Order: sequence, then structure tokens, then C-alpha cells
Amino acid sequence: MNAETVRDEGFVDLLISGDRQAFSELIEQTSAKIYALGMRVLGNEQDAEDMLQETYLKALKALPNFEKRSSINTWLFRIATNEALMLLRKKKTGFNMVAIDQSDEEDEAPFEILDWCCLPEQEMVSAETRTMLNKAADQLSPALRIVFQLRDVDGFSGQETAEILGINEDAVKTRLVRARLKLREELSAYFRDRMEGGVNHA
Amino acid sequence: MHEHGHCQAYLKQISDYVDGELSSEVCASLESHLKECENCRIVVNTLRKTIDLYHDTAENDDLPDKVRSRLFARLNLEDPKQGGIHGS
Ligand SMILES: [Zn+2]
Repeated sequence: MNAETVRDEGFVDLLISGDRQAFSELIEQTSAKIYALGMRVLGNEQDAEDMLQETYLKALKALPNFEKRSSINTWLFRIATNEALMLLRKKKTGFNMVAIDQSDEEDEAPFEILDWCCLPEQEMVSAETRTMLNKAADQLSPALRIVFQLRDVDGFSGQETAEILGINEDAVKTRLVRARLKLREELSAYFRDRMEGGVNHA
Repeated sequence: MHEHGHCQAYLKQISDYVDGELSSEVCASLESHLKECENCRIVVNTLRKTIDLYHDTAENDDLPDKVRSRLFARLNLEDPKQGGIHGS
């Protein structure tokens, strides 16, 4: 999603004034993304739905005080990520968005060097590949996962992502690099199997 | 395989590179490395593709119907798609 989708000034004023139709419109434009974020971070449907509902309940309450210092999307996703991280903290005591997991400390050299970009498009968009993409992302630590989701899946800029998460842009960048490299390794290993598994057999 | 010690230093730059966020100076030095290093070229290409694949999954994101109607019900809003039918 482009973070500017719902930036229109008049629309934001309607939201602030409590217009219910505008709020429905906001839900229309953002709820699938918020739910996907919840699924990505929390990993199950029940928690993702709780997070989704709480997000819009809080947004509805807080909108009259929205000061337009950020875009409405950034603001909404900030509520959503706070909600998701709170639920996560309840489950995994000690999780902290500011501290980085030990396992994330070192950048490893790329291990899989295989150019799988030329694989046929069907291979790339299969249901199996999609399942693999989800599995690979789920293996990232929450701190990396959430940054990756906001930047590369939802399309927020580095600055917006920093704003949403309340961390600085350098931290966003560091995590994004780690997340991307880890996922690239996973995907390369997966596509190596596919390529060696007979894709090229005549 | 190529010696990795040297290439390692380019990893963070490669990520910025695919975002188009490198200064022209750093970009030029990375590009001259890419010309002679096939491994790093592959990393650039597959990293780009990795990001594309994930980005494309977002287009298929859908809110399940039941989740949607429970959300509208919880907020006391009429679901524009369902014309006021609230979850049971
Ligand atoms: Zn290299």
C-alpha cells in the first residue's frame, strides 16, 4: 500500500469531525493491511482479530485529537503496531522493540549464491511459494519482522516506519538489511531445491 | 566462490542500493565492484526479487468476511458491503 492513499485533507477533516462514513472508508482502505500486519506479528487469527478491533476502537476515540503532524495512515499504523507489540509482550515476557535480539546481532555473509531470478513466473507465484514466503518471514524475530512488513510489504518509507515504531531511522535500516538478507537466504535455498528438483528436465 | 571478507562490506550498501538511496559517490564505487563481482550481482538481483515477491503478496491480502463483519459490529458501524447485517 502506498502510505499516501488516504492523505486527502478534506477526508482527514471529516474523520476528525467524527463522520462515520469517512471512518468506514478508512477501514475499507486499511483493514486488510492492519490484519495482515497482525497475522505477521502475532501469528494467529484470534490475536490478529483482537488487535484489529482494538486498533480501530482506539483510533475512533483518539481521532478528535489527531493533530495532522503525520499522515493518517502512519498514525493508524502506529496505534496498530503498539497494539500488536503489547499483545506480543503479554505472551513473550521480556520482548522489547528497542532492544535487538542477540541472534540478530551479526550480519552473516551471503551463503546461497544462486541466480534464481530467471525461474518461470508460475514457479514464483505458486501457492507453495506463498506458503514458503510466510514461513520464512515467521522465522524472523518480531523486531525484524515488523520492520520488514512495514517497509517492504506495506511500502512505508524509512522515515514513516521509524515514526510508526518510535525508533530512529538507523535502527529501521539496520533491521531491514538483516531481515532482507535472511529472507534472501531462505528463498535462495528454497529455489535451489526447485531448480535442482527437475524444473530443467526436458 | 569468491572471497567473502571484501564483499561483506558491501551488504548494507546493497540494501540501500536496491532502494535507490545511495549517494552518487558510494553508488559509483559499488557499481564498479558489481562489474567485477558476480556474487554480489547475484545478491543484488535476488534481493530485489525477494522484496518484489513479498511486496506482491500484499496485493492478495484480504480481510476474511467474518472478521470484517465482526469488526463493523464491534464499532457499531454499518458495513457498507453488507447493508447492516451484523454478526450473529
Ligand atoms: Zn562482491
